[in-house]
Amino acid sequence: MNLVLISLILLLGFSSYYFGRKKATIIQSSQRLTALPKFYGYYLAIWCAAPALIIFSLWSVFEPTIVKNFILADYLDQNLTKNELQLIYTKVKALALGTYTGDINNFLDNSAGKYIQIKNMANNAKIVIVLAALILSLSYAYQSIKKNNRMREPVEIFLKWVLFTASLAAVLVTIGIVFSLLFEAIRFFQSVRIFDFIFGTHWYPAKTFVRDGQPDPELMKDAFGAVPLFAGTFFIAFIAMCVAIPVGLLSGIYLAEYATRKVRKYAKPIIEILAGIPTVVYGFFAALTVGPFVKEIGNSLGLEVSSESALAAGAVMGVMIIPFISSLSDDVISAVPQNLRDGSYAMGATKSETIKKVIFPAALPGIVGSILLAVSRAVGETMIVVMASGLAANLTANPLESTSTITAQIVVILIGDQQFGDPKTQAAFALGISLFVVTLFLNVIALTVVKKYREKYE
Amino acid sequence: MNEAKRKLLNKRYRAEANFKLFGQIAIGLALLFLAVFMYKIFSKGYTAFQKTWIVTEVHYDKELMLIETDNPSLEDLENADYYDIANKAMTRLDPSLPEEDDRQLIQMVAFTYEQEVKNHLLKNPSLLGKIVPIRLTASDDLDQVHKGNYPRDIPEEDRRVNDYQLKIYDMLNERGDILSKFNLSFFTNPDSREAELAGIASSFMGTVFSILVCLAFSFPIAVLAAIYLEEFAPKNKFTDFIEVNINNLAAVPSIVFGLLGLGVLLAVFNLPRSTPLVGGITLSLMTLPTIIIAARASLKAVPPSIREAALAMGASNMQTTMHHTVPLSMPGTLSGTIIGLAQALGETAPLILIGMVAFVNTIPGTPVDPAASLPVQIYIWSESAERGFVEKVSACIMVLLGFLILMNLAAQIIRHKFERKWN
Repeated sequence: MNLVLISLILLLGFSSYYFGRKKATIIQSSQRLTALPKFYGYYLAIWCAAPALIIFSLWSVFEPTIVKNFILADYLDQNLTKNELQLIYTKVKALALGTYTGDINNFLDNSAGKYIQIKNMANNAKIVIVLAALILSLSYAYQSIKKNNRMREPVEIFLKWVLFTASLAAVLVTIGIVFSLLFEAIRFFQSVRIFDFIFGTHWYPAKTFVRDGQPDPELMKDAFGAVPLFAGTFFIAFIAMCVAIPVGLLSGIYLAEYATRKVRKYAKPIIEILAGIPTVVYGFFAALTVGPFVKEIGNSLGLEVSSESALAAGAVMGVMIIPFISSLSDDVISAVPQNLRDGSYAMGATKSETIKKVIFPAALPGIVGSILLAVSRAVGETMIVVMASGLAANLTANPLESTSTITAQIVVILIGDQQFGDPKTQAAFALGISLFVVTLFLNVIALTVVKKYREKYE
Repeated sequence: MNEAKRKLLNKRYRAEANFKLFGQIAIGLALLFLAVFMYKIFSKGYTAFQKTWIVTEVHYDKELMLIETDNPSLEDLENADYYDIANKAMTRLDPSLPEEDDRQLIQMVAFTYEQEVKNHLLKNPSLLGKIVPIRLTASDDLDQVHKGNYPRDIPEEDRRVNDYQLKIYDMLNERGDILSKFNLSFFTNPDSREAELAGIASSFMGTVFSILVCLAFSFPIAVLAAIYLEEFAPKNKFTDFIEVNINNLAAVPSIVFGLLGLGVLLAVFNLPRSTPLVGGITLSLMTLPTIIIAARASLKAVPPSIREAALAMGASNMQTTMHHTVPLSMPGTLSGTIIGLAQALGETAPLILIGMVAFVNTIPGTPVDPAASLPVQIYIWSESAERGFVEKVSACIMVLLGFLILMNLAAQIIRHKFERKWN
């Protein structure tokens, strides 16, 4: 139904393009055109399709809510909760579609009849209104073509609005993220105190599972303490940085200052392959190869090592991050002006002394920025931790034990079926917003630092 | 030059050499890791492209199949009973085995053996009543033994394949009745709980649909947004705000996009769960900033002289942009798009959150059928305890990496072949 309507609108739009163009050639025989003939076509096509499509989509967005309110108006006097009303509405819809299998009572049957009636009415009204809008706007546009008004400007203004709307998409996504996270998180903080969440040291959401009714508030208080997760997140990120910073920075320096053109040409893209490997692949590698390897070494040294250790996950994550640091610091170091180097060489400094005493300090802000970006990357990394570092939230500083992170817990909670309204599900969104805030903070600082640095040498 | 100065100089030279060496070691380490990684994946995974069969004989005995007519139609064959003859085909391997131990032999083939016996006859109905050789898919435990991935020398009770089965296996192997050939079913089968039957067809189609949906949503929006920001946007606070937004979105962890997909696409818009449609839209939100940034960079690279020339010829701003700047910037935009899609191809966490981790044993035909994707398949299989899945995971990784390499290669080729250098 909807598809037919949309195709009809689009078809009319296309044909009015050709119609408009043809009309322009007819006008051309008597008077001078104000624009190229195709703009007449565009103008007509835009006026034909755009208003109709806008009305159509607005209608489609609002129709379900309005229909629902109409149906549920009959049940308002029964003092039902929101969930019960939702259930009734689902039943009515199923009954109307003929897929309902439960008990049918009169009331439900009436509602289903009403539902079908309203739905039909709405559908017919939609077709009529959309087509009426189409005809109205089309005839308006046809009039202005006939008058040979200016045609190019309105078309271009329309296009510009389309471009502007597209650029709003990024803003919309950000708004969507913030609101969807906030919405669920706020509901979470209605049942769990924000203080308990940020400072509690026990993370054990499975404890709150109850079959009927509300979970015990005392239990809730003790189940959602996120400190072990925050600690685990930064602990694993720290291990990753211990691997990535030395290797990445030294490779970056070597590539920028020592490497011959040829080495640079091949080594840089090869190292960047490390950043292109999907994280789930690293996770598999960490779980299957690095984890047991770490355990074997630890056991041979007489240490107690969990087969899912923070060390294995952190080390593999570090390897993944090497190219971020090496490429960024390579760029930053290459951007340091040559005259600083020349000055240093002229004073008799060796290459390594120049790097350590002149170039590195000059490039430091950029390097710090790249490291911060890498940290934010490590904090947000999910699959390696899920697969290689276990899922139990231990509060520990021992790299040989398993720890969990914010991201891993979000996956643990939300894998499989979720119930919206369950404090566990909401907890995942609360974790999500803390993750978002932390990474946003790191990114903003990093980007400002890098930008300041760039301006200094440009 | 006195002794002390020489010493100092030598020390400085040594420090120089050491520093250079550290740099080389760092690069070496990074490359070494890549090499070890690739070696591990390939050495574990290549065996998954081989499949093991057991060759035996089956007697299509009309009586045992409960066929009563003399000239059975295809439909009769379809409805016939294959249980007995399929079991007989297996017990034939060792007639001395007491009947109550039949299962020992039957466990050596995949549980679909009855179906395989049936399909063989349906393909050649003339075989009815004859005794013919047939190859049956070996069970994954036997498959692993045959490939040498499974230790034979551990105590019997710790093994999934017992001594008797190993004896039969050795006998068959000597006779040449164990076949090992290219594993086509790995590419044509959907997922399965049984490692010997599991394939990547369902997750592969899921990936293809997600990436197509992702492309359809992200590419037009991103290109239009980039054109606006680079060519038309006035320099004001709001434009700056949009720019900051895009830069920050590019660095938001992918799992947050998964939460967005869950909280908005599934909960508010009620789109179907576990489908490539939702997965693709979620990925497209993630890819959007990447493509916008790439498209803006390549628009910026078009020299102003092109624009000035077009404007001087009387073109409007819009015409200049659409007829000259945008086409010239397309190679860069396209290669950026491909790189963004390659990133999306490897994403796992957001897809898990929107439910694309469900067990799917049918091949999806449209973007609104439930599906998994290749990276999610890797995750699902690697969580499985069965030994046969280890090589499947590695093989799946090889396929995924193959795709990533192809996409990056395509991006490189577009960039080098079509991008104009302005000097």
